[in-house]
Amino acid sequence: MCGAPDQEIALPAGTDLAKETVLTGRVLAGGQPVGGAFVRLLDGTGEFTAEVVASASGDFRFFAAPGTWTLRALSRSGNGQTVLNAGGPGLHKTEVAVA
Amino acid sequence: MSRQDVLVTADWAEKNLGTDGIVFIEVDEDTTAYDGGHLPGAVRINWTTELQDSVRRDIPTKEQFQDLLSAKGVGNDDTVVLYGGNNNWFAAYAYWEFKLYGHADVKLLDGGRKKWELDGRTLTTDVAERKGTTYTAQEADNSIRAFRDETIDAIGHKNLVDVRSPDEFSGKIKAPAHLPQEQSQRAGHIPSAINIPWSKAANEDGTFRSDEDLTKLYGDEGFDGSKATIAYCRIGERSSHTWVVLHELLGHADVKNYDGSWTEYGSLIGVPIELGAQKTAAGS
Repeated sequence: MCGAPDQEIALPAGTDLAKETVLTGRVLAGGQPVGGAFVRLLDGTGEFTAEVVASASGDFRFFAAPGTWTLRALSRSGNGQTVLNAGGPGLHKTEVAVA
Repeated sequence: MSRQDVLVTADWAEKNLGTDGIVFIEVDEDTTAYDGGHLPGAVRINWTTELQDSVRRDIPTKEQFQDLLSAKGVGNDDTVVLYGGNNNWFAAYAYWEFKLYGHADVKLLDGGRKKWELDGRTLTTDVAERKGTTYTAQEADNSIRAFRDETIDAIGHKNLVDVRSPDEFSGKIKAPAHLPQEQSQRAGHIPSAINIPWSKAANEDGTFRSDEDLTKLYGDEGFDGSKATIAYCRIGERSSHTWVVLHELLGHADVKNYDGSWTEYGSLIGVPIELGAQKTAAGS
């Protein structure tokens, strides 16, 4: 995993990463975090699955299932998306650049 | 009903902030969102504590609803404009409750908080205070509310519209992907339901798609406009969004929201459940 300080949102108590597939990440513009972006989780067919608002530090989190997901962010700084492959349960991290 | 009776645009809302007789109310899934900024003059309703009974699993009674609106400073003659985050899910749920209890003039801000924020419009942290009123609610209009037994009876002959995501419909997951996977005892969907996710009715910025697009969407997915309809999701808020589309925007006469939804149905003993993706679409 990355060596940067771990600033992701704390997982709820009782989250079992042996069973749950958790996707976390950060929205960035020019390398800087973008707070308050709308982050949309699209499934392997591009179908909308869920949407959250990124925290002030640009962090977001989804509870999903193993598979290929697209994370699409909308913000005042622009839009962007990235694909994340979650091979199984556990914590999967990514970044979404918007421009 | 027509679109103008149901929705207001962000431009209209911006021009009408502070207008006497128009009350803006924020209803958010994230009940703290209001604290971080809201439309100037808007009050808030907390869906977890104010749009449901705190002891029984049910919506507020007529008396609770009129006490709530009295305390929020809403008069019977006021135009209420509801808005919220997450594509107006919970604002739509509130809209359905306002209709259920007979509020005469209630509208949704098209696009809700998301479009407002993406447009860069003004938000304030000043908490609005409104003078209390004496609000009188009507008897609950259960022609727009479905209960579990009539939902079971609807299998195979009414439109059952499951508006959850395909993975929830198929039984792969039990709750939306931004929430812990809990709630119902079983996963899957009600037999004969068609899966038309609420999200297909909304544009990326949270506004509703055009009437033409919506009519085509539901037709293509096997929705039969000649039949009565029950919409459901997990806890009744996303299906309120679809109820607004089918009953309010497209004008289908007999459309009910099953607010018990999958958290109730998926925990009942002995009811039929189907697993797997939608089998057929148009013409089924």
